[in-house]
Amino acid sequence: MDIVKTFFNGAVLLESLPLLLTGLWVTIQLGVASIVAGLILGLAVALLRIYGPGPIAAIAKVYIDIFRSIPILVLLILVYYALPFVGIRLTSFWAAWSALTFVSGAYTAEIFRAGIEAIPKGQFEASEALGLGYRYMMVDVVLPQAIRIVIPPLTNNCINVIKDTALASVVAMPDLLKQATQAQALAANPTPLIGAAVIYIALLWPLVALVSRLEARFRRGIS
Amino acid sequence: MVPFISLKGVCKSYDQFLALDRIDLDVAPGEVVCIIGPSGSGKSTLVRCVNLLEQFGPGDISVGGIPVRVGKDLAAVRAEVGMVFQSFNLFPHMSVKRNVMLAPMRIRKLDEATAAARAMALLQRVGIAEQAEKYPGQLSGGQQQRVAIARALAMEPKALLFDEPTSALDPEMVGEVLDVMRGLAHTGVTMIVVTHEMGFARQVADRVIVMDGGRIIEAGTPAEVFDHPTQQRTRDFLKAILAH
Repeated sequence: MDIVKTFFNGAVLLESLPLLLTGLWVTIQLGVASIVAGLILGLAVALLRIYGPGPIAAIAKVYIDIFRSIPILVLLILVYYALPFVGIRLTSFWAAWSALTFVSGAYTAEIFRAGIEAIPKGQFEASEALGLGYRYMMVDVVLPQAIRIVIPPLTNNCINVIKDTALASVVAMPDLLKQATQAQALAANPTPLIGAAVIYIALLWPLVALVSRLEARFRRGIS
Repeated sequence: MVPFISLKGVCKSYDQFLALDRIDLDVAPGEVVCIIGPSGSGKSTLVRCVNLLEQFGPGDISVGGIPVRVGKDLAAVRAEVGMVFQSFNLFPHMSVKRNVMLAPMRIRKLDEATAAARAMALLQRVGIAEQAEKYPGQLSGGQQQRVAIARALAMEPKALLFDEPTSALDPEMVGEVLDVMRGLAHTGVTMIVVTHEMGFARQVADRVIVMDGGRIIEAGTPAEVFDHPTQQRTRDFLKAILAH
């Protein structure tokens, strides 16, 4: 058996490439939409968790703990297959988007919280003594400093979200992995799967390298 | 005369520990008051109560006739009262000039050009204009503290609180900060200075206050307190300070 012909078949790859690229486009859309929504949700939850009144802070904490505990695949299947029983029917894209967003939001909230809590107390006191008020204190003083601290872990979280988009193929969303398995079935050859794996790596390797660089820079202590 | 800052029966406790014990203190407009005393005597806590960085109670504090308490008047109090911290607390992600411009732009709603011009004038006044575009981390401790003074002055406060402004500095930088503070004294701004610099207190203060155990144990002109202390604890403290 010819390994090259089986796993790295040029003709099959060329034929399946358009399908893989449409899948890649769906994967990117889902990833970006989930990352953006997760960032907004996470920031809001982090602020509520730190500064919200008692009961709201408690709810935020419960949300964070639950969504960090549940496997995304389980959540996705619940959203896609269980919610229709109560009349909530989401397309596979929006089902995957909400599962990824809620989980990413929980992780992001913890990242933001750690970032905000890493800001020295003196920064808050100096802002208060100047009379800046809560809004300007956060917008001008605290968040710009917290963002630097949280960029490496946030980038890591983005990588995870994009990887987890592949789970959406389980609910028949035509993402990169789903298209690759289809192409594989069509061609009766696994080359499209190899192609998909290479595309995932090509997409995420730069981000992984970026995190390493940022972390190294952070360890050296940029201030 | 109506005091600008007034404390009446101010108490502050952490759990069981009484950090401030019925403090009464009136500071006249333009007066320079230095607070001295052993560490843990409540000096820093006292000044931090004046702009409500520390919650206190029971007791009352007013600044310019406005009661100091949580609520919408607090912003007015804080706009009138500048503060300089032991650890500078400059904003590390902004240039020196931006540090000074921020509060006037946000609170006084000055436009960028006016705020920048004023910031430069203040940095000139504290002798640091040529560092305006640098970041705080690139400056020495003495320079950072002078920027912090300029930042406090940018809001044109009627009073300045100094919480051990030279205690975190290398000895050779203490002088440049004290010089700036000396230049501010008796220009009309009311000053409360918590300090271990007895020379500065003697030379600049209108009144020196000695604290111990959360109480004011002695108050008077520098000559009275330093040359003729009435309390044994004051004598002990001064002896300990001067011994090293």
